[in-house]
Amino acid sequence: MSTAPETAPGHLDCALVPDSPALEISGLVKRYGSRAVVDGIDLVARQGQVTAVLGPNGAGKTTTIECCEGLREPDAGTVRVLGLDPLADARALRPRVGVMLQDGGLPTAIKAREMLAHVATMYADPRDIGELSERLGVDSFAGTTVRRLSGGQRQRLALAAAVVGKPDLVFLDEPSAGMDPQSRHAVWDLVRELRDDGVAVVLTTHLMDEAEDLADHVVVIDHGRVIASGTVASLVASSTDRTLRFDSTPDLPLSALSAALRLTVSEPSRGSYMVTGAVDPSTVATLTAWLADEDALVTRLTVGRRTLEDVFLDLTGRSLR
Amino acid sequence: MSTSAPARRRVLAQTAFEARAILRNGEQLLVTIVVPVLVLVGLTKATGITIDTDGMSRIDFFTPGVLALAIMTSSFTSQAIATAFDRRNGVLRLLSTTPLGRSGLLAGKVLGVLAVEVVQVAVIVTTALLLGWHPSSAGLLLAVVAVVLGTAAFTSLALLIAGTLRAEAVLAVANLLLLLLAVAGGVIVPADRLPGPMAHVALLLPSGALGHAMRETLWHGPLPVWSVVVLVGWTAALGWGASRLFRWH
Repeated sequence: MSTAPETAPGHLDCALVPDSPALEISGLVKRYGSRAVVDGIDLVARQGQVTAVLGPNGAGKTTTIECCEGLREPDAGTVRVLGLDPLADARALRPRVGVMLQDGGLPTAIKAREMLAHVATMYADPRDIGELSERLGVDSFAGTTVRRLSGGQRQRLALAAAVVGKPDLVFLDEPSAGMDPQSRHAVWDLVRELRDDGVAVVLTTHLMDEAEDLADHVVVIDHGRVIASGTVASLVASSTDRTLRFDSTPDLPLSALSAALRLTVSEPSRGSYMVTGAVDPSTVATLTAWLADEDALVTRLTVGRRTLEDVFLDLTGRSLR
Repeated sequence: MSTSAPARRRVLAQTAFEARAILRNGEQLLVTIVVPVLVLVGLTKATGITIDTDGMSRIDFFTPGVLALAIMTSSFTSQAIATAFDRRNGVLRLLSTTPLGRSGLLAGKVLGVLAVEVVQVAVIVTTALLLGWHPSSAGLLLAVVAVVLGTAAFTSLALLIAGTLRAEAVLAVANLLLLLLAVAGGVIVPADRLPGPMAHVALLLPSGALGHAMRETLWHGPLPVWSVVVLVGWTAALGWGASRLFRWH
């Protein structure tokens, strides 16, 4: 076994070239049998940014990330991680890339503290374990065997293991799955801090609030393809539509109301209505006048921009999979 | 920029990690240490059975075979089961993304088993010596060679099944194969005592070859060339299969 220093020839120092992408995927294809799970994905993630890969279950998020981690070999396309090939340059990349797998992958027979210390020994200059444990609340269960940890505790330990080597790029596959709100905020704070330190963070999620709160850049994937990408603001604003929601008497005549407003009206649940389209001040005036004619009292009325969830559901459909 | 710890430190850390995991696990400890010691004491002290020991004391007759059995439990059964569950639980994938890498992980697993074998041999040899064992001093070093060759063959078999079957299947297959190889393979009982063609077949099995090599070295001294050929052959074939077929997912 070689003990030569593991620096790759010609590696890019991304700290000096802030605009060079930390991750560049082009035309990625990965098939399982004859089925293309990833079917031509292009994606760019930059240093000092959080990139959220969003998509329904089975959209191809995890497979895409695993191709970047060197865990799967692409069938077509190229993946460049910190300018290097994840398979051919794996030795040079391992110390610089942190990984949190969706299914954890933590050895279960040892204590949480030992697990983190073990991973730390693989790096020449790891983060301070005490500080990291405190940040993520790992110290509260440090003496507990991994097997006995709750889902959220395991996630926090896995995140600690992913960042203990001071990576330049971290892949977090559904980092806050199974976490309580306190844990989630501890994780989000750490992710923001990594970003502010210049780390590129690539996370997959199907939690809209996570993407909305954390991500500088969102890539929506479905059926193995990118169907939208951009900042949260640009995705939400890409439609000029607004949504007006109001509660009133159930079973109002929707077609008549729709005609009066010249907008689409629906009643997603009994007594709760949604108006979508170019909602403007006159819409509200017309609506309240029409309801007064119907002798229907409004008990709640809100007008809002569309949320990322609205955009996501519009893009990926509302049917269950 | 973050860099890896030196390769030696990574592999040593993984070795200690794997050895600790085996020695702390109650079932593994039972299979790798307690069972062989009980077999040794039982065969030596049992009064109800008569065994033709070729004029040797029972402890001299049985200790080499018990050592071979112990090597099989750690390098095959224990290694196969631990690796299969690590594979299923994603541990292999996670650790292979750290600077340890796949080769470091495998090296750590193999060296971890060797470390466990040192403990096994120490416990069994101490027990045997207390029971009056007198091995051939000329064969002690060659017996170590036999242990290393046997470990290589059985580790290859362990990795082949751990990397290709489901974890639950590995659990069953690893225990069943251990039993079959131990009973039919001329491990505890010398191959020439087995009935009919089994006497010849057993010497072609890795278990029979290891048992034969342990007995010849610890009874008489020389390492039988045929056993070396068989063990190296199995290692090459199984190792080739494992490297081709092992799936990390």
